[in-house]
Amino acid sequence: MARLNPGSLAIAQEIISRYPVARSALIPLLHLAQEQDGHVTEEAMAHIAELVGVTPAEVMGTCSFYEMLKREPVGEYMVNICNGISCHLLGSSELIHHAEATLGVRPGGTTDDGKITLEAVECIAACTEAPCLQVNYRYRNRVSTADFDQLVDDLRAGTAGVAPHGKLAKVRQHIGDERRAGVAVPDGQAQPAWLARNPTDAESGS
Amino acid sequence: MNAPAPSDLRIITSRFDTDDGHTLAGYERTGGYGGLRRALAMAPADVHGEVRAASLLGRGGAGFPAGVKWGFCPPEVWPRYLVVNGDESEPGTYKDRLLMERDPHQLLEGCLIACYALGLSQCFLYVRGEMAHAQERLAAALNEAYDAGYVGANVLGAEDFSVDITLHWGAGAYIVGEETALIESLEGNRGMPRLKPPYFPASIGLYGKPTIVNNVETLSNLPWIVANGGAAFAAMGAESSTGTRVFAVSGHVAAPGVFEVPFGTTTFRDIIFDPRYAGGMRPGRTLKTFIPGGASAPWFFEEQLDLPLEKAAVDKAGSMLGSGAIVVMDDTTDVVEACHNVVRFFARESCGKCTPCREGTSWLEKILSRILAGQGRPQDLDLLMDVCDNISPGVSWPPRQTTICPLGPSAVSPIASALERFRADFEAYLPATAVSVTTASGAAP
Repeated sequence: MARLNPGSLAIAQEIISRYPVARSALIPLLHLAQEQDGHVTEEAMAHIAELVGVTPAEVMGTCSFYEMLKREPVGEYMVNICNGISCHLLGSSELIHHAEATLGVRPGGTTDDGKITLEAVECIAACTEAPCLQVNYRYRNRVSTADFDQLVDDLRAGTAGVAPHGKLAKVRQHIGDERRAGVAVPDGQAQPAWLARNPTDAESGS
Repeated sequence: MNAPAPSDLRIITSRFDTDDGHTLAGYERTGGYGGLRRALAMAPADVHGEVRAASLLGRGGAGFPAGVKWGFCPPEVWPRYLVVNGDESEPGTYKDRLLMERDPHQLLEGCLIACYALGLSQCFLYVRGEMAHAQERLAAALNEAYDAGYVGANVLGAEDFSVDITLHWGAGAYIVGEETALIESLEGNRGMPRLKPPYFPASIGLYGKPTIVNNVETLSNLPWIVANGGAAFAAMGAESSTGTRVFAVSGHVAAPGVFEVPFGTTTFRDIIFDPRYAGGMRPGRTLKTFIPGGASAPWFFEEQLDLPLEKAAVDKAGSMLGSGAIVVMDDTTDVVEACHNVVRFFARESCGKCTPCREGTSWLEKILSRILAGQGRPQDLDLLMDVCDNISPGVSWPPRQTTICPLGPSAVSPIASALERFRADFEAYLPATAVSVTTASGAAP
């Protein structure tokens, strides 16, 4: 629970190297901090500020704008029930009420065992699969109350196959040094070489 | 998952039935990267010419012609950037996530073609934060494409063409789908839209440099356009709405699904009722209303069913195709609740920068909440319209706005639609014994 550990730091430096301006890496780095600790700690924000060359307050300013970034501990599993219009039409309110009764918490709350945080969220782009939800940003489609109960049992038993909160994509982008084109810094650039190409002229010999 | 209905005209969902269509091997086997190879044999300006000839309309919501938008880059200002808008969040919209998950290489190929055509030196692929699977599919595709020489230094061995694609992701904010807010977010800031003008980031965008911001579906069309020619694309669909489009039909239909259909010729009736598509209403139910283009769009009714899915026709009828999201409501729908649901979305997602939106959307939500709770006041329905008028003067279509971006006016659409058509449904919620609360001047408090 603190600054980025050596493993996270190495990933952070690789992420920063892909941007022409380090500050652009802020959101990916905040996700990385959340992946490490389950939420974004003050120490991690201070560390990220050092890495990208801004103040901790600026990091906080960005962090506090985005719903996925949690500055307080949350459950091991975020269960986000979609309450968008398509899910609303097919019973999301009933599913949310059922979840509240089952888990004993209101949206935003975490169960006493620290396992599950319940949220009612806006549209998550699975509208034809209503009502839907995400567990740590992994989809469950056309969820019945029975499906929900089974999911809760599986999460508590550790058999749902979902990584703890904070971990997003299981695959990271990696660019080998020899394959890099290089970042396009905002200043001092000339017209890219390929724009001068004119194969038609070359063919016609003009 | 719903595979699109069989159709002769599938351009961008053609690999959705191919199990390994998301891998490089599956993509190459099905003709992948052919468009890029063809592009690299052409002059960049000619590639741009093909996209102009295709009359490809942007698929993100506003429907602006992509080839024209591309032309707004000022000459001799470098570098230029490409930013891909993969922040799909408009309620009812479900297509970009599928395109990123099922055919990530098609999107990457589209990005490379755009970079080549316009001299864009680096591409940023902004994917919605909540879409973990799309992020990993794109990361895997990028890693493969870099290794195979399609992306990065010396694309396909070309001495003079090198471009990096940087995978970036958001963290939960609908407003970031607005292109200037997207750029702010990509610069590491709070995702608030920038003051206009400039109207297009093509003139001043990322890091103050010319920036093309295109939607995932828009870019995914480019490999086909370059491989087959802009004229072939323009020959499909209607005169002003060319090619195909992907629509998600959700809500109270028998078979909700995502369908790629010829743009501009299929009608709402076809896509909602045809057994090849959403298969009509649920058994025994009738249509009450439908949203034709995402939560921001004014609602349509029975009498608009025969309109073609064509931009100009839908605009003229007083709504929009927006992001290809058709949400169908049957006779069991409580329209006051549905209206509240959509308005709550905008109230929650308002970034807070402009007062009419920040205050207006939250008051609209509060008023609708008290109506639903049976505590509405007789003048509340007029008060709703009055607040709407402050956000979008005249409450007309296309909306005028007192705000920097269209989010605020979007909250007006469901209220104006529902109140005009279903006023009695709202009145039924008002308590019979309520006393009109007015001040001496007659104004509502």
